[in-house]
Amino acid sequence: MANIPQRIIHEYLRHDKKFPHVWCAGCSNGIVLGAIIRAIASMDLNRDDITMVSGIGCSSRMPVYVDFNTLHTLHGRSIAYATGVKLHKPHMKVIVVTGDGDCTAIGGNHLIHAARRNIDLTVILINNNIYGMTGGQCSPTTPHEAIATTAPYGNIEPDFNICNLAMGAGASFVARTTAFHVQEMQGIIKDAIDHPGFSLIEVVSACPVIFGRLNKKGGAPQMMKDFRDNSVPLAAVDKLPPEKVEGKIIRGVLRKDVRPEFCSEYAALCKRVQEKGGE
Amino acid sequence: MLKKDKTKKEKAVAKPKTKSVAPAEPLASKPDSKLEELQQTRERKNVLMQGNEAVAYGALDAGVNFFAGYPITPSTEIAEILSAELPKRGGVFVQMEDEIASICAITGASLAGAKSLTATSGPGFSLMQEGIGFAKITETPCVVVNVQRMGPSTGMPTSPAQADIMQSRWGSHGDSPAIVLYPDSVKESYELTIRAVNLSEKYRTCVILLLDEVLGHMREAVQLPDMANVRVINRIKPTVPPRWYKHYDENQKYLSPLASYGEGYRFHVTGLTHDSHGFPTNKANEAADMMERLRKKIVYNIRDLVQIESHEMEDAKIAIFAAGITARAAKAAIAIARKEGIKVGLLRPLTIWPFPDEAVRKMLRNVDTVIVPELNQGQLIHEIERLTKEKSDSSIIKLQRVNGQLITPNDILRKIKGVS
Repeated sequence: MANIPQRIIHEYLRHDKKFPHVWCAGCSNGIVLGAIIRAIASMDLNRDDITMVSGIGCSSRMPVYVDFNTLHTLHGRSIAYATGVKLHKPHMKVIVVTGDGDCTAIGGNHLIHAARRNIDLTVILINNNIYGMTGGQCSPTTPHEAIATTAPYGNIEPDFNICNLAMGAGASFVARTTAFHVQEMQGIIKDAIDHPGFSLIEVVSACPVIFGRLNKKGGAPQMMKDFRDNSVPLAAVDKLPPEKVEGKIIRGVLRKDVRPEFCSEYAALCKRVQEKGGE
Repeated sequence: MLKKDKTKKEKAVAKPKTKSVAPAEPLASKPDSKLEELQQTRERKNVLMQGNEAVAYGALDAGVNFFAGYPITPSTEIAEILSAELPKRGGVFVQMEDEIASICAITGASLAGAKSLTATSGPGFSLMQEGIGFAKITETPCVVVNVQRMGPSTGMPTSPAQADIMQSRWGSHGDSPAIVLYPDSVKESYELTIRAVNLSEKYRTCVILLLDEVLGHMREAVQLPDMANVRVINRIKPTVPPRWYKHYDENQKYLSPLASYGEGYRFHVTGLTHDSHGFPTNKANEAADMMERLRKKIVYNIRDLVQIESHEMEDAKIAIFAAGITARAAKAAIAIARKEGIKVGLLRPLTIWPFPDEAVRKMLRNVDTVIVPELNQGQLIHEIERLTKEKSDSSIIKLQRVNGQLITPNDILRKIKGVS
């Protein structure tokens, strides 16, 4: 590594045996990984107190590369495992990295119930609109009429609005950003980790090799430009005429409120029970 | 009262013969754990208790401080009792959204250092199978209690069956080790729950406790032991600095130290086939090593794992091989048959997996006939057939029932008389 300039991210990566990583050229996962690391580096956290949990899928391969406590679990179950870690060690920062299929299809039940409990997990959902690891099948966020290997004639199903789903289930911090808006993403991740409650960040990301190719999106650079041109910051939505907002990706923190957090509530319950001697 | 308690407490602390004595840590933001204090002050008198209650108190006495579960008949009392008891002790009780989440949460908690347990029944046990496989491949201690009911599917939720014997061994995909215990009384439910937790800590795996529905709900007079007489085993903690730590290191007995998240070791855990550090691998030799370690830690320690009860077998010409509640009926039948001069005895596995091959083979050497009563369409009998290949087919008598009813002493007695 003699000639490689040492950047912040190098301090947080595991160097032996884990690289090269599994992600395709042009994949957004590395961008999100970089943003997570820079956000954490800016926060003065002890990395022994950070646990990164993931499920199965392209994005879920992320934990193996980072020098935290890391847990790569079953398809869809990352939030359930994270709940166990967090409840036993509530002082830990538990970050879940997941994808659209992992978190909103097979793992949808865990997502809504963790949001309902408002347990202090930070869920970073990298939404590439497709099952990449298995080669391009339709996911709950594959857009209507888009092509997937299991929707060769176009997807007839409507797609999930992940942020609305999380807000409907009671998540207390919900945000959306894209892989293009790296600075914004980094700031949102930092806010989400700081937020005392369940937080979900949807990162709209590019899968140029599979989703992009199947749907003629023009390659990774073009997909990035599309994120730039087809997204609107939440703050600007009210100022723009409706036709300029229609069909655009709305970016920013969509919800941030403080309501009772599950681990704290549980601790308070224990205290109450113990003081009253269990009566 | 107080003085007495204190002396008991000292004894309890001195007693456990374990390498590591690190106490399970309470939630950081919570008041100090009152676990020991509560355990010491509990009245240890003769009480009427259900099997499910015995499991719950066994779990607490074994040091379980994390329970995640989902309501299901006939195991629900275990969750109900722990929802009342764990908060008093600074432990965690959480009702999850389903059984899948329950097994995942207890595995995550265990990796963070908890002693964890969940309880369920057939349908929930089926849902947990993938998570059980994950706990086994990642060698994470945890306990699943399955209070068996009649299946398949929803079946008869309040009726007994012993049909998860094979599922508890082979239910999760892929080869994996299994430690499965099977009590036959309320008192033994308490004891084997403690043993299940101890074995899960010692062998770093998911240990399964099979209970019969009848046992879960049956009340018997039980006197729980003083904590001084309860042996609690805690996982071996690493003594090496983090950079030398291997998550799947092994000593000569295939037992490896286990760090917890948050202790500075920053290890990786994955359900992918992994090397001894825990990182995924596609190398054939590393994959083979991992599979061998999983197998050997059971095979090399089989003497420690196997428990089998031999009842009236010294001169027996007829042996009954039965587990759980069916063995209770067998004992009653044997008492009657013995009065009539029939030489019949009982072999009862307390550890059902790994199957006690050697012990069973030895004990069946001198018998002419083996009767295998079980509440299923034939599961234990396959193991007996496997071990008695040289004997003629007629020497193994089956007695199977799957109508939601128990096998009675009379049913077994009729079979005994039929061959004597």
